[in-house]
Amino acid sequence: MAKAWTFGENMNTDEIIPGRYNITIDPLELAKNVFCEVKPEYAKTVQPGDVIVGGQNFGCGSSREHAPIAIKGSQAKCIIAPSFARIFFRNCINIGLPILECPAAVADITEGDDVDVDLASGQIFNRTNGHQYQASALPDFVLKIAEAGGIVNFLKTHDIQDLMT
Amino acid sequence: MGTLIEEIFARKAGRPVQAGEILLLDVDYIMSHDNTTPLAIKAFRDIGKPILDKNRIVLHFDHAYPAPNVLAAENHKKIIDFVKEQGLPHLLHQGVCHQVMIEEGFITPGAIVIGADSHSNTYGAMGAFGTGLGSTEIGVAWVTGKCWFKVPETIRVELSGQAQAGVYAKDVMIHIAGLLGMDGGTYRSVEFGGEYIDNLPMHERIVFPNMSTEIGAKCGLIAADEVTIQYLENETPAKGPFEMIQPVNPRYERVIEIDVSTLVPQVSCHPDVDNVKPLSQVEGLEVNEVYIGTCTNARYEDIEIVANMLKGKKVHPFTRVIVTPASERIYKKAMQNGLIEILMDAGCTVTGSGCGACIGRHGGILAAGERALTTMNRNFIGRMGSPLSEIYLASPATAAATALTGRITDPRGYL
Repeated sequence: MAKAWTFGENMNTDEIIPGRYNITIDPLELAKNVFCEVKPEYAKTVQPGDVIVGGQNFGCGSSREHAPIAIKGSQAKCIIAPSFARIFFRNCINIGLPILECPAAVADITEGDDVDVDLASGQIFNRTNGHQYQASALPDFVLKIAEAGGIVNFLKTHDIQDLMT
Repeated sequence: MGTLIEEIFARKAGRPVQAGEILLLDVDYIMSHDNTTPLAIKAFRDIGKPILDKNRIVLHFDHAYPAPNVLAAENHKKIIDFVKEQGLPHLLHQGVCHQVMIEEGFITPGAIVIGADSHSNTYGAMGAFGTGLGSTEIGVAWVTGKCWFKVPETIRVELSGQAQAGVYAKDVMIHIAGLLGMDGGTYRSVEFGGEYIDNLPMHERIVFPNMSTEIGAKCGLIAADEVTIQYLENETPAKGPFEMIQPVNPRYERVIEIDVSTLVPQVSCHPDVDNVKPLSQVEGLEVNEVYIGTCTNARYEDIEIVANMLKGKKVHPFTRVIVTPASERIYKKAMQNGLIEILMDAGCTVTGSGCGACIGRHGGILAAGERALTTMNRNFIGRMGSPLSEIYLASPATAAATALTGRITDPRGYL
């Protein structure tokens, strides 16, 4: 069972993790306070593999990487949203937190649904109601970063120019 | 041929570029601050390769400086140790990073500057490409000197007319945020131009790219002109020659035309930047704190407006009025010209330069049930403290009028 946790539109980085908690960069420490004001039960009961289902412009606001790191630290499998804020989108890719753009899934999934995601194909399966959705494909160079598990891992074995070839 | 962002990127790429292309470009400067540098150091260590060019790295202490708690102090210590270890030449603590980047001449027309801070869009005021990124990409750029960018589509905001007395760049930008919405510029370059911008001094121009972040934009740009060059030559140590890069036969995704002469003072109301109302609709709302600070509106001229309005008067006894000059250079000039004394005599609390109150870190935190009117750019729930507090955004003049009455007040009766 992978539970869907739903969030509203324009979920900003302060709501994901308020600035006062950004005094550490430890993912597990940050995860203790993730969504603490908008959904305090999340940090207490989230299980590894659960899925975050957000609204449009998910992750807007600050450039703080603490926000996606806190979500990654909570061991959520991925974030599904109709659209992501620009910096947050890059940050997720760079730290190896999978994100999927899929308006149809977001419109149909409700909190607590059992949701299975195949990251490689972008297929999302809602086991609660039997519906299936297809997320948009990511650009090739983004996939290269995602496959390496983040930009840091990519650069350990590649030159940055390799992204473009 | 192209929009301003296409023209800027084309010079770096050495060939014409078009919206939609992915480019890997050399960056001129790589900015980060005390909040975001520790994670960049971690990424740098994990990559395990050397820094490409130390001179391109600019580090600031501004988000929690001087340290308000032990963890922040340890952050600073960690960064100083890193600066010593790597022999980095630029560690600055003279104020809010974006203001200091401009004052110290790091930002010139056509430059590509990335910053681990969302308001790095500010640099667009100088005809430079500035954008915010996460810390990991900053660590990557330390090693590679490069960053990937998708060339964005452009929304052109064409501003005509002359603003009424009491209406400032902040009012115009808040109005634009209301029109476009908080995701209206997502992934886009927002190009500000027209006769209103042409006639605007640099301190007012900066407000537009700075707040382009709040509508989701990748960058906010104003083409460099004589005003830019004069500013660079007179106010910064930047060395020319400077190129006045202009859009050439641009193809815009969308053009928005606004006659600013029709605008009255505007307020971004709790809890979203695009919850914009003419001031008259929220006039009289009680305010517990007035905060005049940040990279948006705490330049010398902003403080001068406030001091002129408060001269010989007293701020409301139950309203905390905090003035935080954006940089020490501004603070010093305001002191030399007697503005700080005027503000203190009026009952304002003047603090050292930095970002503390804007991010709810220190120096102006709000209690549950409190309401602030500030010159900031962002009014997210709980940003300045309690999640049960409220933030309203407005111009420095509106902030000054509000400081006197303790209620949201139209500045036009106090100029």
